[in-house]
Amino acid sequence: MQLLKLTMAKIKGCRAAAFLLLGGLTLCQSLLAAVLPEDRADALYHSYDGGGVQVTGPSILVRKSIGKSVSVSGNYYVDAITSASIDVVTTASPYEEQRTETAVGVDYLHADTTMGISISQSIEKDYKAKTAAFNLSQELFGNMMTVSMGYAQGNDIVGKTGDLLFEEKVKRQQYRLGLSQILTKNMLLGLGFETVSDEGFLNNPYRTVRYADSGSGKGYSYEPEKYPGTRTSNAAAIRLLYHLPIRASIHGEYRLFEDSWGIVANHIQIGYTHAYKNSFIFDIKYRAYAQTKADFYSDLFPYSQSQNFYGRDKEISTFNSQTVGIGISYEFAHNWHMLERASLNFKYDYIFFDYQDFRDLRDSTAPAGSEPMYNFSANVLQLYFSLWY
Amino acid sequence: MNKPDKKVYLLLLSSVLLGACSAPTPWVKPYERARLADPIMSFSRDPVSSAYTNHVHQAREGARGAENGQGGGCGCN
Repeated sequence: MQLLKLTMAKIKGCRAAAFLLLGGLTLCQSLLAAVLPEDRADALYHSYDGGGVQVTGPSILVRKSIGKSVSVSGNYYVDAITSASIDVVTTASPYEEQRTETAVGVDYLHADTTMGISISQSIEKDYKAKTAAFNLSQELFGNMMTVSMGYAQGNDIVGKTGDLLFEEKVKRQQYRLGLSQILTKNMLLGLGFETVSDEGFLNNPYRTVRYADSGSGKGYSYEPEKYPGTRTSNAAAIRLLYHLPIRASIHGEYRLFEDSWGIVANHIQIGYTHAYKNSFIFDIKYRAYAQTKADFYSDLFPYSQSQNFYGRDKEISTFNSQTVGIGISYEFAHNWHMLERASLNFKYDYIFFDYQDFRDLRDSTAPAGSEPMYNFSANVLQLYFSLWY
Repeated sequence: MNKPDKKVYLLLLSSVLLGACSAPTPWVKPYERARLADPIMSFSRDPVSSAYTNHVHQAREGARGAENGQGGGCGCN
């Protein structure tokens, strides 16, 4: 109190308030210390199968603390892709490729502040990406609240198989803000906000759009797509997690998204988690997603180069998807030798994608622009083994 | 009567904000956080799985960002 009075007497002018606020926020920090992430190792096998695309591979994630203030992590991830998707079978030839991603990170804990840096690299034969990220999180108000923020910058090099001279660049920047708040002894709130800005060659060098062409037997022809050179997006999410009177929890999530290409999207997810006899954890979830198309998207353009930008990727069309997921985890080896515990986990998601303005061109009997709308389902599997030490 | 100047408003605002944040006395005491520390009360129980699930969505949807599993924590470990 004496210190506060002394400070009050000395401060002058408008700077006083700002100074006081800053000092106050510092004093507000909790007396309870924050902690580093858990020491654990995970080995995951993933499989995606849907719409003529199969993607499988491993993901290894290891995290270990060094002393009481530093934690290091490493991730090795592979996507082995076999693609005969709707885009590929109608305009190109099926292909196989592999993407390998490696990432390392360091987190440093000081009092209630955790600072982290990480770098990652993703390599495909025709696409290379490097990203560096910085994250900061601060626990406040008796560890009731965690505020986090982050910045990441990525630099990509886009190539094209069969064209050695083709090389384009993309620069990406991400700004993140997050908040996690204890609401009651049974309930947590999470808020997230993220802005992403891209600049450079943002379309796919292999993909095409179709336009009406009476000179063609099918009534249409193809030409390479052309996207704008910039994109800025904003996403905001709210999450709630509630512990039921039994050892079970329910969660809800809502995210709203919009970008400078005119895409507006949102999704809602609800889920239930049930623990059984300290060994099993069961999960079930439902997710519904919907988006509007980009301004420059069309399934069939009226003529060649009919506007400045044109795209026909189903990812930027109007569609919705629904996901039902289940999961089971089995925990064992509690306090066994050097292990704290281990778990074996299985997750399965069924996703149904339903497109509103992307047509299925495999139906060659229908007149151009009257083909049936496209839809497909996907099966997503995860099998992973985790160790805590 | 003279109107209070900007400095007074700022100092009053500071007092209110400081009052609000010096209050915590957290309304959920550390010993009341056993349920919040349960793994089933994590927004991202298994980071390796959350990262993959986010990747599956990002590759097929126009939306991106503010995904589950970024930062956070409830201070209840």
